[in-house]
Amino acid sequence: MRLGGVVGVLAASCLVAGCAQGTGDSEEETSDASFDSNATLSGTVEVMGFGAGDEIATTRLDRAKKELGDAKVELVEGDLDIQQFLSSVASGKPPSLVYAERSQIGTFASRGAVVPLTDCIEGEGIDTSVFRKSALDEVTFDDEVYGIPEFNVVQLTQANADLLQQSGHTIDDVNGSDWDAVLQADKDMTKTQGGDLQTIGYDSKLPEFLPLWAKANGADLISADGRTAQLDDPEVVEALEWAVSVYDAQGGFGEVKALRDSADFFGDGNQFASGTLGAMPMEQWYVNVLNDVSPNAPMAFDTVRDEQGEPIAWASGSAWAIPKGSPDPEAACRMARVMTETDSWIAAAEARVAMRKKDGGLFTGILTANEDADEQIRAMAPTDGDDAWSQAVAAMYEANDHTFSMPANPAGDEFEQAWQDEVNKVLTGDKDPADALADAREAAQQALDEAWATWDEK
Amino acid sequence: MSLAAPASTGTAAPARPPRRRGGSGRHRAWIPLLFISPWLVGFLVFMAYPVVYTGYLSLTDYDVINDPTFLGLDNYRELVSDEKVMLALRNTFVYTLMSVPAQLVFSLVLALLLQRAGRAAGFFRTAFFLPKMTPPVAVGVLLLMLLNGQSGLLNELLGWFGINGPNWTTDPDWVKPGLVVTSLWTVGSSVIILLAALQQVPDELLDAARVDGASWWRRLWHVVLPIISPTIYFIVVVDTIASLQSFTEAYTAFFGAGNTTYSNDAALFYAIYLFQQAFEFLHMGYASAMAVLLFAIVMVVTAVQVMLSRRYVHYTGGAR
Repeated sequence: MRLGGVVGVLAASCLVAGCAQGTGDSEEETSDASFDSNATLSGTVEVMGFGAGDEIATTRLDRAKKELGDAKVELVEGDLDIQQFLSSVASGKPPSLVYAERSQIGTFASRGAVVPLTDCIEGEGIDTSVFRKSALDEVTFDDEVYGIPEFNVVQLTQANADLLQQSGHTIDDVNGSDWDAVLQADKDMTKTQGGDLQTIGYDSKLPEFLPLWAKANGADLISADGRTAQLDDPEVVEALEWAVSVYDAQGGFGEVKALRDSADFFGDGNQFASGTLGAMPMEQWYVNVLNDVSPNAPMAFDTVRDEQGEPIAWASGSAWAIPKGSPDPEAACRMARVMTETDSWIAAAEARVAMRKKDGGLFTGILTANEDADEQIRAMAPTDGDDAWSQAVAAMYEANDHTFSMPANPAGDEFEQAWQDEVNKVLTGDKDPADALADAREAAQQALDEAWATWDEK
Repeated sequence: MSLAAPASTGTAAPARPPRRRGGSGRHRAWIPLLFISPWLVGFLVFMAYPVVYTGYLSLTDYDVINDPTFLGLDNYRELVSDEKVMLALRNTFVYTLMSVPAQLVFSLVLALLLQRAGRAAGFFRTAFFLPKMTPPVAVGVLLLMLLNGQSGLLNELLGWFGINGPNWTTDPDWVKPGLVVTSLWTVGSSVIILLAALQQVPDELLDAARVDGASWWRRLWHVVLPIISPTIYFIVVVDTIASLQSFTEAYTAFFGAGNTTYSNDAALFYAIYLFQQAFEFLHMGYASAMAVLLFAIVMVVTAVQVMLSRRYVHYTGGAR
């Protein structure tokens, strides 16, 4: 993108948003909306950020359409374009409903782009007690719920059973419960040839999984109220030092990343199938990929575990939110309810089971933020077999019961960028972990202070 | 031969020039404007207004949703103290200083070779230009594959000569050279422009130099380059501006979604940081100040190039 492009995009913002200034402090919101689960609805629910790409989506969408009665649903498919969404809110022409990452909800809420859902939850009778606490926390900003949590994403330890066996290790050595054992297994599984790395022993997945390793070591990157950065906590520093040492033992992050990037991540030549990776923590959806493209890969699974051996997972996922100025908040609220209620998830899971059965594939479960739904879906999935895929599904549900999340805050992206930038500097050898995290804390705290000050002034 | 005077009409008033169809002169002045109005409207709406509005936003705190709050020059003060702005500027200047000469020399070499290609020139012209048609996002992805330290084609080639290539995409010292190498792939348009200029060099001048005993190198240095210097100047100006605004390839390779969360400070170009501020952190006012600063930098650099051109660029016939 050249200067013209940058100015052009800024221009587009100006044309759409700038010209429509004045919506910022208005109190239109959804104050005149009347939420009632028995009300007859009409109009069109325009949904931004949601795509009905599989049976999990279409089954629930069909239920939602039925419950919406005369109201029609119109999807603006594709991942949420934040710029497009915010511009639409600023110009007074927002969609009725938005589907976003839960980590974005705090930022949207602090800027007044989405509205509190207290009335919606009450009027539509949404049972928030069924939602996992970590998921609900992530969409709760300044004590008000701004999003209805949907899917859940957790990490599992995923390993090549053959490499473990050949090096005299088991899955327990790489699940994170003993960092020395992980480091030893890392060294034992690492293979080099002519100075070039051939097999990654263990990939600690930096920078993205620093929050997971910090939590496993007993620390949070940010305080529970979302106001204080705790990046220079000695336990975070220790976690980073250890996670980096995993790469150092293999010749450095550059070597590992080069080999990681050369892999056919989504194909049958993936790192596990090709025997070029010993173990790593990875989100549970990758189990589906592996099962699809390399069902015979020698896999072993477990949860990620903390130093006490307890399962631990950093939960993230999606949520439904109602934009400020939504033209049809009542229908939007009902759709959010139906898409996330237990019966809808069960119907979706049944559709997935039938589809898998027809294709001769394995149903590996669905992970939602709805505990009731998860419990029932868990019973449909194989969790008690001896094979690796059953282990994976069992580990996935176990991890889902032991999740933590980052609290919602108004500077989510800047906070994340602050620590990721500094972790990257450690990985490239430009800084040592303690200095990097001290600098990260300073930058993150400044971003938080500025964002919270703006919110507190409102 | 004499010219007969027009017959006098006595006291009659001088005849008024015949009135043409189409209205008065004042009205006629609007006709050209009417014809170019689609461009004018486009320019005003999509260029002039946004530029002026960007200037205004640069003086405000604006997050797209809420009304801009006037800050005066605060954004510009923050720019000066922002370490990442300085880092991004340094990266951008270093990349520009490396890529512009490299692209120019590479284009010139290819153009000189093409000039001698004879009947095959048409094929090679097309071949050299094709990469230019490749979307920059694809080039960014390609960069990661070609320059992969483990399995990349470039290190494979270096390996044939016994050279153990670096980790181009992860080693901060090699990230910018890697981007420069990739940029050489898309010099097609410069090659075509230079080839056209080379074909305009008068044969008699080259023959005269040859008769005087000038070698190929001296003919190139003393005859060809001075004559094509306006073209070289044009390419340098355009490539410099483009390099100062580099974004897509580096963003795709090092900051895009496909790269998860790993980024590399060595690839943080100014336009990338501007984009992050505007569209990831929603600091539209600050990003606007950055855009204004970049605009000023481009203007200054171009002005310096214009001044230098008076000394180093030779215009045949004095036409500028």
